[in-house]
Amino acid sequence: MSTETTQQIEQRIAGCTVSEFRGQARVVVPCEAIHEALTLLKNECGFDLLVEITCVDYLNFRDATDRFGLVYLLANSATNERIILRTYVNEPDPSVPTATDLWRGANWMEREVFDMYGINFAGHPDLRRILMPEEFTAFPLRKDYPMQGRGERHNFPVIRRGDA
Amino acid sequence: MTLTLSEINEQRAQQSDYLWTLNFGPQHPATHTTLRLVLQLDGERVVDATPDIGYLHSGFEKLGEHLDYNQYVTITDRMNYISPAANGVAWHHAVENLMDIEITPRCQYIRVICAELCRISDHLLSCGAMGLDTGAFTFFLYAFYQRELIYDIFESLSGQRFHPGYTRVGGLFHDLTDVTIEKIRAFVRGFPKVHGELEKLLNRNRIYVDRTKGVAVLTKEEAINFSATGPIARASGVTRDLRKDEPYLCYADFDFQVPCMKTGDCYARYYVRMREMLESLKIVEQALENLPAGPINVGEDERTALPDKHAVYQSIEGTITHFELVMNNRGFEVPQEEVYGAIESPNGELGFYIVGDGSDVAYRAHCRPPSFIHFAIFPHLIRGHTLSDVVAVLGSLNIIAAELDR
Repeated sequence: MSTETTQQIEQRIAGCTVSEFRGQARVVVPCEAIHEALTLLKNECGFDLLVEITCVDYLNFRDATDRFGLVYLLANSATNERIILRTYVNEPDPSVPTATDLWRGANWMEREVFDMYGINFAGHPDLRRILMPEEFTAFPLRKDYPMQGRGERHNFPVIRRGDA
Repeated sequence: MTLTLSEINEQRAQQSDYLWTLNFGPQHPATHTTLRLVLQLDGERVVDATPDIGYLHSGFEKLGEHLDYNQYVTITDRMNYISPAANGVAWHHAVENLMDIEITPRCQYIRVICAELCRISDHLLSCGAMGLDTGAFTFFLYAFYQRELIYDIFESLSGQRFHPGYTRVGGLFHDLTDVTIEKIRAFVRGFPKVHGELEKLLNRNRIYVDRTKGVAVLTKEEAINFSATGPIARASGVTRDLRKDEPYLCYADFDFQVPCMKTGDCYARYYVRMREMLESLKIVEQALENLPAGPINVGEDERTALPDKHAVYQSIEGTITHFELVMNNRGFEVPQEEVYGAIESPNGELGFYIVGDGSDVAYRAHCRPPSFIHFAIFPHLIRGHTLSDVVAVLGSLNIIAAELDR
């Protein structure tokens, strides 16, 4: 990971922190600056491949101050460098601007995060549930959602052959 | 308020009442797995496609937060069940990255052999199913006979044909036996001839070429913009291959090439897969003939790899290590950190984003599934093509629904 990129982000984005673990560079940016940071990395630093968007629920995590951590994994397809961009969002309205205007591939990744964690991606063209059924109300990968006992098959309406 | 699927279709249908809607799947022989497409048709032409997925969603990532680092390999096996051992290699690659474990050379070589055999098996299925859907049934049977041989290898390797569950933190379940080595050698000897026959069957088959060439073109810029990886990106001219670009395990030791094409159509995706099989075979051969001696697990003192059963029953150190690793309030020593580890799986970049919280269970085990990313490209690829092209495009993307939905 070149230090130029991390220096450039530090200069341009106020309030970001850079760290490294096992050779992977990570930048934590404030929630308001996430779109600016993604644009900077894509258009000026050459990180043109959005590898994945995911989320971590830090409820009950030791020393955690924020509820949700969004993770953007980026790669540079020419030099094969990687960078991990992170930001934190909180209840009651976890919301970040969408990245679909930068990468079309972000569409389904953001839909999955919305489906599993209920994070709103402002400006997303089609923010619907993707894996869970449409009528599902909870967000199953949140830590306050139990692994067993809620939203299971017996809670779903039964459609009989005659009514279908 | 978000729109439901039916509402979207209703709105569109009101605007253009001559279009009609076709429901494709979830139970349809040509989807091969359980996925559903809602197609908007103008006669034979597909105007728009809305994929509806989630039929096989079984909460694999939630389970990853409740199973320990060794147990979760049974779940990763069931993600892409066409190449299960490659998923285990990816999972434990990320876990060992988190715990900073350097695995032994012999273990690295055996994992490479597993991953490359999986790649051959996955590509045989992908090309075979694509041939089957476009009318080449013989090709499918030839390809499946070879997959059967690979299943036999995995059976003698791990005792399980379909879900080997072969990798462990810091090592493997078993060492290679002479019987397995002989089986792999026999496969390496026999496969090039069959591969030549397979190529003769389809490469210049007029029906097959007509149905795949120029269909569903993905340009290089689009491939990068849609986050495509693996054979699908390489068929569009993206040369990215993690085996060459970030050599993990011991891929730097081997002499192999990365086949790429520029056209980006269904035929290119098929052809890249066909060539990749031969390169994988080269890697398997080199790894097998240069297999280093030595242990497959990292040392017992480090308390990370499960000792073999002989050590557990015959030595006090083995018993203690086994006990420490299996008891759920002891287990692994994991830093409170987050890492991403990825390998080049048959379908593309398969990565795991793991958050460790100090216990022996991952706080978050996120999978980056290539099928999910690639299926998102499908509506873009199929727009403007005919209904009969749907199966060819689906086949060329190689969507595995268990990995798609997890």
